[in-house]
Amino acid sequence: MINKTIADAKEAVKDVSSGSVLMFGGFGLSGIPENSIKALLEKDINELTCISNNAGVDDFGIGLMLQKKMVKKMISSYVGENAEFERQLLSGELEVELIPQGTLAERVRAGGAGIPAFFTPAGVGTEVADGKELREFDGKLYLLERWLKADFAFVKAWKGDTSGNLIFKGTARNFNPMMAAAGKITIAEVEELVPAGELDPNAIHTPGIYVQRIFQGKDYEKRIEQRTVSKK
Amino acid sequence: MLNKDQIAQRIAKEVQNGQYINLGIGIPTLVANYIPDDLEVVLQSENGLLGIGPFPTEDKIDPDLINAGKQTITMTKGSALFNSAESFAMIRGGHVHLTILGAMEVSESGDIANWKIPGKMVKGMGGAMDLVASAENIIVAMQHCSRDGQSKLLKKCSLPITGIKCVKKVVTDLAVLEVLPEGGFKLLERAPGVTVEEIKSKTEGRLVVEGEIPEMIFD
Repeated sequence: MINKTIADAKEAVKDVSSGSVLMFGGFGLSGIPENSIKALLEKDINELTCISNNAGVDDFGIGLMLQKKMVKKMISSYVGENAEFERQLLSGELEVELIPQGTLAERVRAGGAGIPAFFTPAGVGTEVADGKELREFDGKLYLLERWLKADFAFVKAWKGDTSGNLIFKGTARNFNPMMAAAGKITIAEVEELVPAGELDPNAIHTPGIYVQRIFQGKDYEKRIEQRTVSKK
Repeated sequence: MLNKDQIAQRIAKEVQNGQYINLGIGIPTLVANYIPDDLEVVLQSENGLLGIGPFPTEDKIDPDLINAGKQTITMTKGSALFNSAESFAMIRGGHVHLTILGAMEVSESGDIANWKIPGKMVKGMGGAMDLVASAENIIVAMQHCSRDGQSKLLKKCSLPITGIKCVKKVVTDLAVLEVLPEGGFKLLERAPGVTVEEIKSKTEGRLVVEGEIPEMIFD
């Protein structure tokens, strides 16, 4: 097997430069690549295009990259949890492409799967359809959406092995598998890194072919946005 | 007038046995509390879960298990987890039977607006555009009027649209209304103590009133 292990987050982001297109797995703050984001924050880079379902919150996740003005453009579906994002957007400092969540997931999937474009009903009749080709199939209108790819994709898994195979946990899977496939260089950080051969091949969510670098993450905060409990 | 819980309680009566259901953020999430125990339904969370259970007790909180509103949740027996592309494949593919979501405006032709107020508020559409473009049955839960008293049931939406000709029913603090295929809000039920006249005066879109309009019944 090919060993893709690297030392840490710092090494993982060594060749990320200004102007790069980056993808980040995660839904809200769940399943985000915390270590890689921290390492990116240490770098003196900007003009980044970031593709991520959400934009973190003001003081965590991608929100911190926005605070540092590292981001030129965000491609997301929902950014309601981030006041700084909203401020930069409304003031015009930040370029933003808001797209339906399913369209985002499928555009990323298409990017990794070599499908340049596809038709979807989401957004027909809305401003999302502006400038896009519409076509009728069996009496219903659909619009043409294109694939998304990235220079670097950052994903976070629960377990991984040295050849890059990944297993996710709970709803922290979300966008991570598609983004792993859509990155030219995909960097996986995992809570538990094991030697190749120790994970059950039947249980692998993301095959290692999509992963170029993998490292053992540390100090996961896993911040909860809405802590909701029932009494019993 | 109904409070938020009562709106959710009324919507729960629309739920049918065997349905796969997606509940949006806010009042729709509360609907889960009122689905009768004898119905077997599965709640879908678009971030990758079929089988949303109740909120966890303090000792069972798992940051890797949240719903689309980013709330900590549990899983019911027989749950399944999957990625976001798969999640929206089942939504677009028409496998989710019922979508319940909030709105800022609904038009008499069933258009819905709920994702953006130009120049003021930009949260994004999240999964709403995919859901309303594909679900066979869409019910909106919302207040009948905005905070400044403007009707939210309109001839035509004034805010950017989320989806066209998709809403089938609207449940507000004042009434239950069906969106007619030819356009217009057909008044089905009124909230306890609310008159047809009040509903008329607070509905800007075409309101269809046929015969006696019953009051909602709560068990």
